[in-house]
Formats: sequence, C-alpha cells, structure tokens
Amino acid sequence: MMQSTAAVSISASSVATGAARSGAARRAGGVRVCGLRGEALACPSLRISPAAHARLAVARAVANGAVGGSGEFDYDLVIIGAGVGGHGAALHAVEEVGEACSGLKTAIIEGDVVGGTCVNRGCVPSKALLAVSGRMRELHDEHHMKSLGLQVSSAGYDRQGVADHANNLASKIRSNLTNSMKALGVDILTGVGTIVGKQKVRYGVGFPDKEITARNIIIATGSVPFVPKGIEVDGKTVFTSDHALKLESVPDWIAIVGSGYIGLEFSDVYTALGSEVTFVEALDQLMPGFDPEIAKLAQRVLINPRKIDYHTGVFASKITPAKDGKPVLIELIDAKTKEHKETLEVDAALIATGRAPFTKGLGLENINVATQRGFVPVDERMRVMDADGNVVPNLYCIGDANGKLMLAHAASAQGISVVEQITGRDHILNHLSIPAACFTHPEISMVGLTEPQAREKADKEGFEVNVVKTSFKANTKALAENEGDGIAKLIYRPDTGEILGVHILGLHAADLIHEASNAIALGIRVQDIKFAVHAHPTLSEVLDELFKAAKVNSGLSHSVNEPVAA
Amino acid sequence: MAGLLHLNSTLLPSASALRRRAGAPVLGSSSSSRRRCRVEAKIREIFMPALSSTMTEGKIVSWTAAEGDRLSKGDPVVVVESDKADMDVETFHDGFLAAVLVPAGESAPVGSAIALLAESEEEIPVAQSQAASFSPSAAPPPPQETAAEEASPPPPPPPPPAPVAVSAPAPPSPATQGGARVVASPYAKKLAKDLAVDLFSVTGSGPGGRIVAKDVEAAATAPKKAAPVVAARPDVPLGSTVPFTTMQGAVSKNMVESLAVPTFRVGYTITTDALDQLYKKIKSKGVTMSALLAKATAMALVQHPVVNASCRDGKSFTYNSSINIAVAVAIDGGLITPVLQDADKLDIYSLSRKWKELVDKARAKQLQPHEYNSGTFTLSNLGMFGVDRFDAILPPGTGAIMAVGASQPTVVGTKDGRIGMKNQMQVNVTADHRIIYGADLAAFLQTLSTIIEDPKDLTF
Repeated sequence: MMQSTAAVSISASSVATGAARSGAARRAGGVRVCGLRGEALACPSLRISPAAHARLAVARAVANGAVGGSGEFDYDLVIIGAGVGGHGAALHAVEEVGEACSGLKTAIIEGDVVGGTCVNRGCVPSKALLAVSGRMRELHDEHHMKSLGLQVSSAGYDRQGVADHANNLASKIRSNLTNSMKALGVDILTGVGTIVGKQKVRYGVGFPDKEITARNIIIATGSVPFVPKGIEVDGKTVFTSDHALKLESVPDWIAIVGSGYIGLEFSDVYTALGSEVTFVEALDQLMPGFDPEIAKLAQRVLINPRKIDYHTGVFASKITPAKDGKPVLIELIDAKTKEHKETLEVDAALIATGRAPFTKGLGLENINVATQRGFVPVDERMRVMDADGNVVPNLYCIGDANGKLMLAHAASAQGISVVEQITGRDHILNHLSIPAACFTHPEISMVGLTEPQAREKADKEGFEVNVVKTSFKANTKALAENEGDGIAKLIYRPDTGEILGVHILGLHAADLIHEASNAIALGIRVQDIKFAVHAHPTLSEVLDELFKAAKVNSGLSHSVNEPVAA
Repeated sequence: MAGLLHLNSTLLPSASALRRRAGAPVLGSSSSSRRRCRVEAKIREIFMPALSSTMTEGKIVSWTAAEGDRLSKGDPVVVVESDKADMDVETFHDGFLAAVLVPAGESAPVGSAIALLAESEEEIPVAQSQAASFSPSAAPPPPQETAAEEASPPPPPPPPPAPVAVSAPAPPSPATQGGARVVASPYAKKLAKDLAVDLFSVTGSGPGGRIVAKDVEAAATAPKKAAPVVAARPDVPLGSTVPFTTMQGAVSKNMVESLAVPTFRVGYTITTDALDQLYKKIKSKGVTMSALLAKATAMALVQHPVVNASCRDGKSFTYNSSINIAVAVAIDGGLITPVLQDADKLDIYSLSRKWKELVDKARAKQLQPHEYNSGTFTLSNLGMFGVDRFDAILPPGTGAIMAVGASQPTVVGTKDGRIGMKNQMQVNVTADHRIIYGADLAAFLQTLSTIIEDPKDLTF
C-alpha cells in the first residue's frame, strides 16, 4: 500500500516536469496491475490528489495532440459499455504505449452502472454470498468440526446481514473501477451509446444527442439473463440471478432451472442457508459443459449429499409466480417428446438458463451488421463482421456481446487483445488458455479442452491423448484442512507434451487452475513444467503431482533453464 | 463418499467368461457362427469389487441399472453393502446390462461375477444364455431366450426383482398414485428413501400440505414406537431361509472365533437398593441405568487392571491403558456394542449424554469403527426383560464380559438373623482364563458390589 502510493506520486510529478510520459505511464501502470485486475485489493492506493490528477490529464491531452493521435477524431478509442471487458480495454488503452505514441485518448460510455453485470449483478456479489455459504457449510458440518477438534455451538445467520455484505462488496468494487478509470484519465460518458455511422457514436440519457467521433470503437455491452418463453418473472418468487443476488428471501424450497455455473453456485448458497433445491435441467445430465468425469464427481460431492433433487431431460415450459396463497407452479415437459411430465409446486424459482447478449439499440443496422441470435459476429481478432461477411474497419466487439466465451475475464482479455491490435501489434487471443471456475464448495475449475473434446480432436488430427489424474486425498495440505474431496486431471499429448486441458474439483480449485492456464498460454510443455518447484505443503502440489505423473514419449531432453550463475 | 476408491475396482474384461462361454448351452440356430465369435469378445463380467482391504464378500443392496439398460463408462450399476456404508459401484465400460447373476439381497465373494455386460444390444440374449451357465437360480427361464432372440430389442427378463426394492420414488419420477399427487421436498424425498418410508403413507405438514423432512422422520419413528404394543408378532418371512446381513455375518464369525478361547464364569449377587435410589434421584438429569452400570464397572476395573486386559497371542497379557466399556445393544437385525471410552474418567452426566449419542448413532447405523470396536470390557444387560441370570460369550480380543440380570425384590436373611426384602441383581462374568483367574474375578466382583451398594462415588 505504501509502495503503491509512492509510485503514483512519483509518476505524477514526473509528468508535471515534462519528463518522458511513457515512463510515467508505465509506472502508473505498475500500480495499476495490482489495482485494476484485482480491483478489490489495491484501489484505495490509487487515490491521487485532484491536483495530480488534473496534471495527468493535461499532460495526456498535450501528448496526444503532439503526436496527432486523435487529430480528426474526438477520441482514439470509444468503448460502449463499462463492464469488466470495457474497463479492461480502457485501462490497457490509456496505458498502452505504441510506436512513439503514448496512451490512447479513450472514452467509455455507460448507460447503467460502471462494472456491468460482473461487478453489480454477477461474479462479485455472488462471491460474497458464496463466502458466507462456505463458512455456514463448515460450521454446520459437525463431523468436519469434530474431526478438527473444534466445538461450535449452533451457527446461524442474519439474511439482511448477508445481503448487505454482497451489496457493499459490489458498490466498493464499482467505485474502485470508476476511480481507477478516472485516475488514469479515461473519460466516462453517461448514457446509452449508439453507432450512427462509420467511427461515429451518439450517446446521452433520455434523448441521446451528443455525437462523438472515434478512430476505433469497441462494443462491450455484455448480456442479460436469458428467460425462456413461458416463464413469468415477477422478481419475488420467480426471478433471475439479478434478483437472487440481492437475497431478499431465502425460500424453503427453490427450483433452479439450469444446472450450469450460475445454477450450481446458487444451489451452494441456498442449501447452505437452509433451502432445499430442485434442479430442472433440459439436457440428460446435470452440469453439462463440464468434463463428464468432473461432473460426475461434482454430483457426488455437491448434489447427492445435499438437500437437492433434480429432473433432467425436461424443459420448464411454464412457470407461474406464487400468488393468492398458491405456490410457484412449474410445468415440466419432456425435452424430446414435449409431453407434459409433471407440475412442481415450490416456493420460488431461479431462472439460470444462461445469458442473452445485450445488443439492442446499438445501431448496428446503420453499418450493415446483422446480429446472430443477438450476438455481434466477430472474427478471431474480435473485428466485427458485416452482413456480407466483411470486416467492418475500426469496429470491434468483445465479451458476452460476441458470445465467444461468456466470462468476465475473457471479455477483458479480448479487450486487451483489441487494444494491442489498434496500437499496431497484431494479437490473437488463445481462448483455450482462458480458465473458468465455479465457486462452489469445493470449487471447480478448468482450462482448455474436456476429455471428450480432446479425444475428438485427437481422432480428427491423428494424435494420441493421455490423461493423468490425482486425488486431493493424496495432498497433505488438503488433508490438513480435512478437505480431501476432489480430483484433478490433466489431458495432454504424450508425443509432444502439450497440455490440452486441466480440470480440477477440490479445495481452492479456482485459484489452482492458473498454473495450468498460464502454461497453456505460454506454450509450456509438461516435460518442462514438471521440474518447476512447488512449496510444500501446498494445494498447488496437486498440479505438481499431475505434471510429474504425465509421461511424454519423446524422451528428449527437457529444457531446464541454464543457471544464471554457475 | 469415496468416489475415487472404486473407480479402479470394477469390471475388467475376463478371459474366463469367454472360456466358459464356449461350454455354454448352444444358441438357437438363428445365431450364425460368425456372429458368435464376434459376440464372444464383447461380453464382459461385472465383478464384486473389493471396497476395503478386509472385505471378502459383499452383499448387493440394489441394482441401480436394470437388465437391458444402456450403460456408459462410469455409470453407477449396483449398490454394494460394505461393513461401513453402502457404496455405488460404477461400470468401467460402455454397454448394456445383459444379465444380473446375483440379485439384490444376495452376497457374492469379492472378484466373482455378479452381472454380465454386453457391448451391443444384439448380444444381450447371448449374454443371458451365458448367464444360465453361471448359476441356475439367477438365470432367466429358457423360453425367454428364444423369445429374446426373435424380437430384436429383447425385453429384460423379469426374474430378479432388483431395482424395485425401494418404495420411495426416485428423484426424477413423478410421485403419482391413483391420480393423487404427492408433493414432497427434496430432502423429504431423500430421507424417505434412506428410511424406507413410503411417501404415500405420510401426511404433509408443510405449506399446501407438502411433505417436509420432519414428516418423514415422524413417519419413520412412529411405527417403530408402536410396534411392541400393537404388532407383537415379529415381522419375519416364515418358512424361508434369510441370509445374514453383513452385521449378522460379523456376529456369527465373532461367535465362532470365541470358541478358541478357554473361558470360565463367576457369578455374584449384588444388592441394588442404594443404586436404585440414586438412579431415581438423578434420572431426571438424563442419567441412564446403563451409564451407571458402566461407570461402576469402570471404577472397579481401575482397581483390577488384569480384568481389563486381553490376551492377543496366547503368550502375554496386554494391559489396556484406557478403560473402554462396550455395552451390547440390540438393533434392528443385529447386535452392536457402542463403546463408552474412558468410562472411569468421565462424570456420570457426560457419560449418559455420550451413551445417548452412541445409541442414536447405532440405530441410524452411523457408528464409526472406533465407536464400536475399541471396547476393553463388555457389559450385556438383559435385566429390562426380567431375565434374572444368563451367561455371555466372550467377544474375541477382550478379556471379560459381564452379563447383568434384572434387579428384583428378594427375601434375604441378614447377618443378625433377620429376614428382609432387598433389591438384588445377579451378575455373571465370563473371562479368558489364560490371563484372568478365578481369584481375579472374585476380587473384581467384590469391588464392584461395594461400589454399587454404596454408590456415592459414582456421582463424584
């Protein structure tokens, strides 16, 4: 904290004295790295005095003018949508130093609240609820407590207190995001943004009347909960994650429609707080999308022992909110035959059937772009494609709105990739290196391909696939925590040692996955990473175990770095 | 639980199955030899897995898959009872469950075939005919085979009544009967399945008449409480042979083992007036007679460590450092001995609480191994049935067991020549004479009677 503050003041003064802007930006960036990717942690350290801030802004404007960066345009970059994707892109843009050009002059347009879904109605508040559920679960697990030698008299919770924690966290992160952008000189424009023509955006509240031009535009408008037809959402007894995160009630019995990440995390929260849960899943298996082996174990650990039952292979064709003393009615039909199967009567229903892109009103028709099921079509560089399949110059779309990988950090990574491109460095994001996590207790995380996907690819391309697995029961730290439930599996090519996918279910799986995702992103192979040392005893040894268990056929010498000093 | 344990333990293809196939009854003429050799390579045996290192045989609780079901690698097929818990066992191969060789309720040695898995649907009849050669009792009647040969998707043969064992509806099935719907919460359904409660017989007390967990719990305990009064006739299938459960098997094994120990018995009559009075006084504080007896016994054992010892190898005394009193409890379908550990050190109130907890756990079959096999001395009390005296068999691994009879008003002559009424009970200790001699037991019993006849020390 102290260090960060010092770094900022140095950079501010160096700007004032007209020293190299690039150095200053870099150093401010150095602060930012901890401040912005992990917003929660370090943003308080970014409080620059207003005077310093003004100097920064002036210096930036001068610098931009001097290089002629924005010249004929109001901005180098305008981002529509200040969610995690837009935020990531904006920060990278203002700190980005291209060829002889300092940071891009950047504006971000937001019609709702800074932070978007993730910060306000998604990942962030749900983590607050899950933090509570994890502790409740632990305190209520008599066996677990006893085996640690702990005695705890009955644990309870105050619903409003839990809800406040989630809400406070969201507003804290939101203000952190806002401050970080302001501090670095991103203009935050309020209103709904519409593309009115090539490199031209109109925005404003109510009657959008302000028009700005931008050399490049990034669409980052995100998504909203998807509610299938026939489901009547009243926000009280039938609701989406938007409402659920406010935790206005804890129903005795709640049906969760959809058993993906969102549904699974909420089942963890609700059962920990005392609800009983019924899953409704249209596919034949719970948790589709997860590696099947992980899904099966997850069912044993996260579903079967809890107060949860489920209906698979059924659609909720009609859901009526509770009224006049009648419960919530859910009509289930067979997913294949469409025959009526059963009507559930529950206290509440959470609709977690996925998310739909939020791209209406963007004015895409003005530039001959047609959305596909609402998603903005893009190429691998996130360049928007028009109705004829041609790239629309200077227009990009990142995040949920393009539907490539609907994760907050994927959006941010795509945004950074776009900024790299527009500052003259070609960049293609490897989506297979983007990790994903589900924050149940224990957590689930994954990166790359699932085993069936890897085998399919192997069949097509004619290579072999190997899988190694290890159990958390074999990990000292996990056993010390009395949390031996879980496995990790590594899918790799035995001929080259390439890591194809890693899947983890177990304590802190979400934090553990990055060693694997970084290895994939950097192209590090199993035969090399297996020589990297892990502190003992730590959970990270679960991955160490995997790397060491993997057998690579080549038998070629590994490339351990030469020691610097012999 | 233990999801990983048995991933490796099931379903390996077996050459023996194929060899046996060669000698199996010949198929109908419709099966060409070409087909047969293709087929032979694709029928696998499902083995009884070893769920623990000590398991030698397992009992099939239920088949989660029915004959004819399509199975993917990793699907649960069967639930096997081990001494600790029931475990799901998964298949290691894709295929169709062709024939169940060991129906639910029967046991099979570890490693023996319990079912056959056919790789394709057409091979099911072949596998079924093969099943006939394994065990005549479990095989479908021959006519079924030919029928199955003709119809391309063969109907699963009815004989083994495996998966219908549980009356509670499985999660995805609608709880419908005679048009009436049953609305039960997820946990209520789970409990109903675990406690074998028929949800149709339960009245719901939740919102809108919904059945909630406590309704099921009430339904599960109600009939049991009523049983001694209303239905005095024990519920056994007369005229049939019922195999042991795992627990009964364990009892049987232990009892036979005990014959290897040279035991002898010493009896004693103890006056319990003072104990009965004390009991009346502190009963309201949750103290039970079992706890009082265990406490008294433990206090006597402190002074006679040899009676708390055991003989492991026939050559030495093993003096136990703790006094752990095992108390025999009859539970549904068996007998278990929850252990009051360090009974000499705990006060009577803690001991009583501990006892209640153990009994509840025992009834729910949730005792951990250390809670029933760490006893150093056993108490068996049949006094509550009015039994005045009996003798007990010494559990292997311990030195002595005490059989306690009922305390009854008895006419006694006192030393001063008078006749009076006293409450007296008879105790009878069975001990291992390799380490415990007559004088040891006599001295122990004398100490015990002193403690019981003047029980003020029991409450500290």
